[in-house]
Amino acid sequence: MTRKTPLYERHVELGGKVVDFAGYKLPVQYAGIIEEHRAVRNEVGIFDVSHMGEFEFRGPQALEAVQKLIANNAAKLKINQVLYTPMCYPDGGVVDDLLVYRLDEDRFLFVVNAANLEKDWEWVQENTKEFDAEIENQSPQTGQIALQGPKAQELLQKVYDLDLSQIKFFWLEKEGKIAGHKCIVSRTGYTGEDGFEIYAPNDAILDIFDAIWVAGKDSNLQPCGLGARDTLRFEAGLPLYGHELSPEINPLEARMSFFVDLEKDDFIGREALLEVKEKGLDRRIAGIEMKDKGIPRQGYPVEVEGKEVGFVTSGTYSPTLEKNLGIIMVKKEFSQAGSNLDIRIRKRLLQAEVVKLPFYKRR
Amino acid sequence: MYPEELKYTDDHEWVRVENGKAYVGVTHYAQEQLGDVVFVELPDIGEEFEMGDSFGVVESVKTVSDLFMPLSGKVVEINEDLEDSPEAVNEDPYGEGWIIAIELSDESQLDQLMDSEAYQKTLE
Repeated sequence: MTRKTPLYERHVELGGKVVDFAGYKLPVQYAGIIEEHRAVRNEVGIFDVSHMGEFEFRGPQALEAVQKLIANNAAKLKINQVLYTPMCYPDGGVVDDLLVYRLDEDRFLFVVNAANLEKDWEWVQENTKEFDAEIENQSPQTGQIALQGPKAQELLQKVYDLDLSQIKFFWLEKEGKIAGHKCIVSRTGYTGEDGFEIYAPNDAILDIFDAIWVAGKDSNLQPCGLGARDTLRFEAGLPLYGHELSPEINPLEARMSFFVDLEKDDFIGREALLEVKEKGLDRRIAGIEMKDKGIPRQGYPVEVEGKEVGFVTSGTYSPTLEKNLGIIMVKKEFSQAGSNLDIRIRKRLLQAEVVKLPFYKRR
Repeated sequence: MYPEELKYTDDHEWVRVENGKAYVGVTHYAQEQLGDVVFVELPDIGEEFEMGDSFGVVESVKTVSDLFMPLSGKVVEINEDLEDSPEAVNEDPYGEGWIIAIELSDESQLDQLMDSEAYQKTLE
């Protein structure tokens, strides 16, 4: 059964091409992926991300429960601060990657991938039984909008009643209102641009969307679909679960050691990750640029002198750099910038060069 | 959207017979479904294929789709301009966005293709 998000009617009215994604009917594109992508890089775009999952942790041991589950350190979070983290299996493989919002001393919000929602919910419940904490799956009743791009703040400020410049990168505000509705606003996103993510109950999110949409008439606000969301995150080198992260890929291989706190007392997967760190990595994620004409896609083999040394995890035409780029998982000795590799694309073997990640960084 | 003088296939390709050659491209519907085309993989001139064989690939930002031979024959021309301007497939699918031209090995196969009206019915 595919569900509609609270903004479904808007997608149809605005000409979105709706597809089934992770159990939801969501627009893959409106004007075209490249046009939407450029709108976010240059001005501002709006995304319906209501399919994302939200779990709230409350109670005296909410922090302990969170800490056991995640590899990053939530104890370092001040109230209203946000953290990006992997959540691991005991063997170090990744259950999901998520944002943790510290809403209060003993109140946290997990924002998880829609495709992993059920699995995550089971995992979270199963592994927190010993704690005095209540965990609630708020996903069905919670809508989410992402407003992304260099003009996001200027636009959102027109409808938001508190000063957005006070919300720093990876911080949130939960007291402000849009269209009369209280909502959580964080300076976060999945595009590599400045921008905000807005959370509110389903009925409020429609009013919030409409208020931003009306205010955006003067700012060329572009509705954006899942397609542009993927190309934007790709250029910014942000991992996508099922591509750069999976139960078979640990976060150290995925270049996420910055988000893994091995100094932390304990968390699920810590021992395995410590062992990986001591032994050293066999393989890791790297970026490639195609030298020959062709587009690397997930699953294509990576070869050196006829031997398979890795595989492509994501790849596309980059609308900003106007090049065919890929992210690969490759044996460590071939992961340095400048290394030459071959990508097997159908019957052909095409040349590529390892380049630094991210492909794109905002000025 | 679907010129009368062309023939169409179930795979959303069109064929235009001109001076004994058949030019081949994808339809307006196909380019719309694909979205922004960013790469076209062409066959080599001289390659021979049977009707229904995959002769190339068209890639949009998100998707990779095979191109199928609408008729049996030998590739006699390829649209090399698509290397630098694959977006022509979106912008002018029946003109600048043509993909290959083939020398037919069996002209009677043309009878198996649809006219514009029949093709449009399949899209309803």
